[in-house]
Amino acid sequence: MSKILDKKLLSRDVVQMKLLAPEIALERRAGQFIIIQVDSDFSERIPLTIADADAEKGSITIIFQIVGKSTLKLAQKNVGDHVENLLGPLGKPTHIEKVGTVVCVGGGIGVAPLHPIAQAMKKAGNRVITIIGARNKELLILEDEMRAIADELIVCTDDGSYGRKCLVTEPLREICEKGGVDLAVAIGPAIMMKFCAETTRPFGVKTYASLNTIMVDGTGMCGGCRVTVGGETKFVCVDGPEFDAHLVDFDNMMLRLRSYKPQEQDANHACRLQAAIDELRR
Amino acid sequence: MSYIPADTLKKEAENLVKEIDFSSLKPKDRLKIPMQEMPAQEPKARAKNIQEVAIGYYEEQVKLEAERCLQCKNAPCVKGCPVAIDIPGFIKAAAEGDYQKSVNIIKKSSMLPAICGRVCPQETQCMAECTVGKSLKDMDKSVAIGRIERFVADWERAKGKMSIPEIAPATGKKVGIVGSGPAGLTAAADVRKSGHEVVLFEAFHKLGGVMIYGIPEFRLPKEILDKEIENLLSMGVRIKKNFLVGRTRKVKDLIEKDGFDALFIGTGAGLPNFMNIEGENLVGVSSANEFLTRANLMKAYNPDKADTPIFTGKRTAVIGGGNVAMDAARMALRVGAEEVYVIYRRTEKEMPARREEIVHAREEGIIFSFLSSPVRILGDETGKVKGIECLKYELGEPDDSGRRKPVAVKGSEFILEMDSVIMALGNSSNPLISQTAPEIGVNKWGNITVDEDGKTSMDRVYAGGDIVLGAATVILAMGEGRRAAAAINKLLAEE
Ligand SMILES: Cc1cc2nc3c(=O)[nH]c(=O)nc-3n(C[C@H](O)[C@H](O)[C@H](O)COP(=O)(O)OP(=O)(O)OC[C@H]3O[C@@H](n4cnc5c(N)ncnc54)[C@H](O)[C@@H]3O)c2cc1C
Ligand SMILES: Cc1cc2nc3c(=O)[nH]c(=O)nc-3n(C[C@H](O)[C@H](O)[C@H](O)COP(=O)(O)OP(=O)(O)OC[C@H]3O[C@@H](n4cnc5c(N)ncnc54)[C@H](O)[C@@H]3O)c2cc1C
Ligand code: SF4
Ligand code: FES
Repeated sequence: MSKILDKKLLSRDVVQMKLLAPEIALERRAGQFIIIQVDSDFSERIPLTIADADAEKGSITIIFQIVGKSTLKLAQKNVGDHVENLLGPLGKPTHIEKVGTVVCVGGGIGVAPLHPIAQAMKKAGNRVITIIGARNKELLILEDEMRAIADELIVCTDDGSYGRKCLVTEPLREICEKGGVDLAVAIGPAIMMKFCAETTRPFGVKTYASLNTIMVDGTGMCGGCRVTVGGETKFVCVDGPEFDAHLVDFDNMMLRLRSYKPQEQDANHACRLQAAIDELRR
Repeated sequence: MSYIPADTLKKEAENLVKEIDFSSLKPKDRLKIPMQEMPAQEPKARAKNIQEVAIGYYEEQVKLEAERCLQCKNAPCVKGCPVAIDIPGFIKAAAEGDYQKSVNIIKKSSMLPAICGRVCPQETQCMAECTVGKSLKDMDKSVAIGRIERFVADWERAKGKMSIPEIAPATGKKVGIVGSGPAGLTAAADVRKSGHEVVLFEAFHKLGGVMIYGIPEFRLPKEILDKEIENLLSMGVRIKKNFLVGRTRKVKDLIEKDGFDALFIGTGAGLPNFMNIEGENLVGVSSANEFLTRANLMKAYNPDKADTPIFTGKRTAVIGGGNVAMDAARMALRVGAEEVYVIYRRTEKEMPARREEIVHAREEGIIFSFLSSPVRILGDETGKVKGIECLKYELGEPDDSGRRKPVAVKGSEFILEMDSVIMALGNSSNPLISQTAPEIGVNKWGNITVDEDGKTSMDRVYAGGDIVLGAATVILAMGEGRRAAAAINKLLAEE
């Protein structure tokens, strides 16, 4: 049982929640995630990155986008309510060291998992350039928090409603062209991570991507999260979630992410989802 | 074995009990009593529901089956039992109708009789040694030890009061048990009996290990498992679910910072094996672990209520020949597949699955493709499974395991149309503990290495069950838990 301490709507369909989880708050490192299950009997287990934590208060923060049944169920919980199960911290922590200049690229909800990594990279003494992007201004999250960390922050929107009108790969390419980049970290939709990897590849800039595959247990038991990295099968929950983006088979990963599409759509008609989100915002 | 309706079995047993004079049975007469078949749900009906397939013996059947036992002086059956249950003893009590006494005898050696009575591979253990089977020259006709065990355990549970073992006065010592499968549960109970404080850590949100997430409801109802576990833990074991040792807390910290005097690691063999063939990462291919976890633990067999989705293809192929493959295949039928193939590279004789499960699967309509093995999985333009290409095999010379080795027949490729494939090729040990606790030694397969007491290379840390043995059985895991618990109790008593 884990109590919800705080809840906030960050954008149209992105929720930030603070949960009481002292053991996880104490041990977690940047890059790690939890598996959350609203109730034991019929709820799904879904992975979410630990966006922030306060070891003293024993709390962790998650930021999630409402995309389907389970994230909606979670969003409908309120401060004071409990979620039955919280497992974590899971996955290998990000390897943090002082390398020089790090470009952190976040797309959409990917900015949430990127935040603790950018924070840790900065703390380790790196120069941190951050590029964050969203489809439009309304969907942009954590701009202030990222600005507070980064030495330089670039905002892009697909429709130009805020910041530069471009995809995140454009400023990423320009920065790489200027040179002096030692590491890139890209987190966002699979397609975005794929193109970030293609952007940095010609410059030989080492790039990490944090993969958001489908998961069930998060302990290496089901194999549902498997991806092909450098021709080998890896389990994202125990071997990852971060991998060398230049070695990841993103096409196969995107394919597998669509595995349960028919069932999810059945469980969740887009219109019902939208109605429920509207209800939450009121 | 072929399907006989339950009421027929009941009537036959009732009549027979009336006919036989049990007061003066000679061994010869006992051998004449027919072996009592297990009543089961009608195959077509059960293939579409999740309720338990085997219904359990009627009282008259228990009487008859128990009277078949010759009460052998040397009790060869006990030697076949990994935890040496006093088999003739509990069978005698059952024959006399003293079911409480019977179950008490079992519980001296096995904490989970309703479970063992259901899932133990009796035909390769106790029943393989039974004098009755040997005399009748048919091991299938040995005394049905497990079915009697199941009956008396169910009888006690139905009565509502299960006996709780006695607990020694508190010692002030604290022991951590990692994993709540049969190994961990048994170790927890045995350590607790000695008066130590026990904390049981489990990564999942439910206790039971493979018994809860892997073995399906139709073979081991969760309610029975829960009750049996509840009883065991009513001795005052503290439970920490949603706790992944290695990540939530490191082994070292549990000992050095959190004051645990000893740890037992029973984390099982939870890493699914794949074949590394083309197409294995297509949409529609899953491991049996994923498939069964979605179905069992997440209750995806109840699509009206469960949030967790599951593949419900029309044609499903299951690769493998063990209990895991049987469970996955039969579950696939129950969640909506119309045709299910089990593809196995040897023949039925070599299949490691329990006989009863193979028979049940066949009755339910599972199609077996023996002596064949997949070479690649074929996908359509959207990346979904559309078929599986296999090669035919022949049996060659025996290999190290004594089984004849399958040899591929050149040019024998054939294609089966499928829309989902489940890989049930067995499991290897989960590397998480050894990755996060380098002090604990493992062998080349990743299994934790232990001495004859179950002690690992790390001070105060013991291990047992599948994480030590590789994928094994419930009863062997229990035996391992028991052995390590004894060593822990000894260690703590000497300090
Ligand atoms: C390591 C990791 C960290 C993540 N961190 C975050 C985060 O910080 N914030 C956030 O908003 N999202 C995060 N995700 C994605 C998040 O888990 C999914 O959005 C969520 O599971 C969707 O569940 P749903 O039932 O609401 O949607 P559904 O309707 O079930 O599915 C919508 C889409 O979500 C994905 N998805 C579905 N089930 C799962 C599952 N069990 N595991 C992973 N993806 C799934 C699929 O692509 C699917 O098409 C993370 C995923 C991983 C693997
Ligand atoms: C589908 C299937 C069918 C089977 N059928 C039969 C059968 O009919 N008869 C039979 O005798 N055997 C059967 N077996 C084998 C039997 O289930 C196992 O041998 C037995 O369960 C092993 O017990 P265990 O206690 O070692 O581990 P497990 O039962 O695997 O339990 C390990 C537990 O530890 C937890 N865990 C793992 N890592 C950690 C960690 N780091 N921290 C905390 N918790 C952790 C896991 O979540 C799990 O709950 C079957 C197995 C499968 C998969
Ligand atoms: S070997 Fe068979 S007949 Fe003999 S005691 Fe055991 S169960 Fe009874
Ligand atoms: S989520 Fe099951 S193995 Fe990774």
